[in-house]
Amino acid sequence: MSVSGHTLSPFTQFALILRRDLRLAVRRWDQVLQPLVFFVVVITLFPLAISPELSELRRIATGILWVAAMLASLLAGEALFRPDLEDGVMEQWVLTGQPLPWLLLAKTVGHWLLTGFPLVLVAPWVATALGVEFDHWRLMILTLALGTALLSVLGAIGAALTVGLRRGNMLMAMLVLPLEMPVLIFGAKALDFGLQGDVVTGPLSVLAAMLLLGLVLGPFAMAAAIRIGVE
Amino acid sequence: MFADYVLRHHAMRLDVRDMHLWRGDHHLLRGISFSLQGGQLIQIQGHNGAGKTSLLRCVAGLLPVESGECLWNGVPTQRALMAFNQSILYLGHSQALKLDLTSKENLEFAMGLRQHVTSAQVLNALTLVGIPQCAELPVRVLSAGQRRRVALAQLVLTNSPLWILDEPTTNLDAQGVAMLEGLMTHHLQQGGAIITAAHQPLLAAHPARREWMLH
Amino acid sequence: MNWVWFHKLASPPTAYAFARTLRPWLLWPSLSMMLWAGYAALFVVPPDYQQLDAYRIIFVHVPAASLSLMVYSIMAIAAGIGLIWRMKLAHAVAAACVLPGSVFTVLALVTGAIWGKPMWGAWWAWDPRLTTELILLFLYLGYMALRASFDDIGRADRAAAVLALVGLVNIPIIKYSVVWWNSLHQGKTLSIWGKSSIDPSMVMPLLVMLLAFVMFFGAILCDGLCAQILRRERHAQWLTKQVQ
Repeated sequence: MSVSGHTLSPFTQFALILRRDLRLAVRRWDQVLQPLVFFVVVITLFPLAISPELSELRRIATGILWVAAMLASLLAGEALFRPDLEDGVMEQWVLTGQPLPWLLLAKTVGHWLLTGFPLVLVAPWVATALGVEFDHWRLMILTLALGTALLSVLGAIGAALTVGLRRGNMLMAMLVLPLEMPVLIFGAKALDFGLQGDVVTGPLSVLAAMLLLGLVLGPFAMAAAIRIGVE
Repeated sequence: MFADYVLRHHAMRLDVRDMHLWRGDHHLLRGISFSLQGGQLIQIQGHNGAGKTSLLRCVAGLLPVESGECLWNGVPTQRALMAFNQSILYLGHSQALKLDLTSKENLEFAMGLRQHVTSAQVLNALTLVGIPQCAELPVRVLSAGQRRRVALAQLVLTNSPLWILDEPTTNLDAQGVAMLEGLMTHHLQQGGAIITAAHQPLLAAHPARREWMLH
Repeated sequence: MNWVWFHKLASPPTAYAFARTLRPWLLWPSLSMMLWAGYAALFVVPPDYQQLDAYRIIFVHVPAASLSLMVYSIMAIAAGIGLIWRMKLAHAVAAACVLPGSVFTVLALVTGAIWGKPMWGAWWAWDPRLTTELILLFLYLGYMALRASFDDIGRADRAAAVLALVGLVNIPIIKYSVVWWNSLHQGKTLSIWGKSSIDPSMVMPLLVMLLAFVMFFGAILCDGLCAQILRRERHAQWLTKQVQ
């Protein structure tokens, strides 16, 4: 029994959540920049730890990019649901009588746009510092976009599971990183193949398939976890 | 002033039967039973830690009921959770306001997920709760009482027939409490029902009001 | 409802009594089977023409590795049942699975490493099976850590159940990805099952050992389940009566 005279279109809700999160991000833009800065800083660590030789760095550039992207996404994911849980907004979302998985999917997409996508855009430039030619930017953006989106979905599940806990930080890494290992494998390999001039469709399509699976099933796991979190 | 929506909830009925709740080892709610119909108000009282908030959260469906039933129009709420949630408005301790958004934006986003709201409706609601001047201010700069009023503005906007209000008078001044009582009276007149937990008696003289002590 | 028997078994007193009765019937046969299979594995089965006696560790390694995956699946399915049908006993079963499951995983990893030393000349090689096993251990550890982080047992049950289900969906993906990843730099690792085909005399002890492991796990699960029920039902009347 619906009380409201006319039902809301799911896309209105989706757009509303995106608009809200983008507006909040504009007002707290310093927090939006943090994952991006973190990504660049982590990448800086590798030449310092290994070698300044571009030829040597080029060999492991894809691995460096992916590990840095994974860590940045992990740290950013921690703040995905926590603020909304703490000020009671999440509780209200649970009680809207609207499909919670859909609302959380919108939230995750917004989160990826704010934390994952900027990182994808800077990656081709950052990669030049690791000896990768800029010509590969199209492939790099495509691979990282698919991969970071999937990382956002998996991170969101971890964030939802740990959101009600006081010290969820380390725990979230423990839960999420093993689940993210396939992303690392296929993402890094797709990039590697591309840089060596091989065909990349194989790993890329696996990545896309995994993303689809994550987008379809992930929100249900998030919703179940959020219901436990607001208790 | 409330003209743009009409409530028609004659058939509305909430039945709670023998509800038990444990929090850890603590047997908090021991066999709560009551029923509530349109036009009625139940005020739950009890000392701190008696389980007022837990009871309200159980009824709203935020806490899983371990034993006992909660029926909405004869249907267990767990079985038709989405429909039940659309029928209630729950205002909890936390006001669910984003500090970086203005009062108007907060209300638009909060209510917009449930129903269509226009800017004009939101402004009207803020006027009714007595803070039209705060519409374009970020909630961060508002006082605690003003924040509470922003949250209460949802009562003006909502279509939901059942209000579940947890300590709605916190931080409100005397005028604020009178305003809240006005909103509640209007809701009851329209056939809505209210279940609330508050320390001070609300609508003490209302004929359809029941009080209930939790031990 | 045709599920009366199911609900009856799902009630803690019945389940408790059932687990206690079942336990010895699983434990003692499994131990004797282990003894027999162990003897056969060490003294009856001929040495491998290539790996000599080193391969004999598979009589522990293979059952442990199979069990590690099987127990995770049982755990996730039980957790799913608990989550969907709100069945507390299923959550108790899931909770009782973690520890034996992770012990089997560690056993598979350790025996794999011991076997790897003479085979690869190193304790660890990034063999796809071992890598999958390692990631499985991470999943178990995450599950345990999540469960331990909640004060309320009901919330712990449900949160852990969500994680277990996500993990169950992921395991085939992880397995596939690791195998694919490893096939890209093959060469160093020696195929375990490839060249040296199994001697027929090995099959029987291996199967018996596997069955013994399964039954042993069943017995441990009965123990774990009883412990879980005791903890969860410590205020229940039936338990007080039983103890008195």
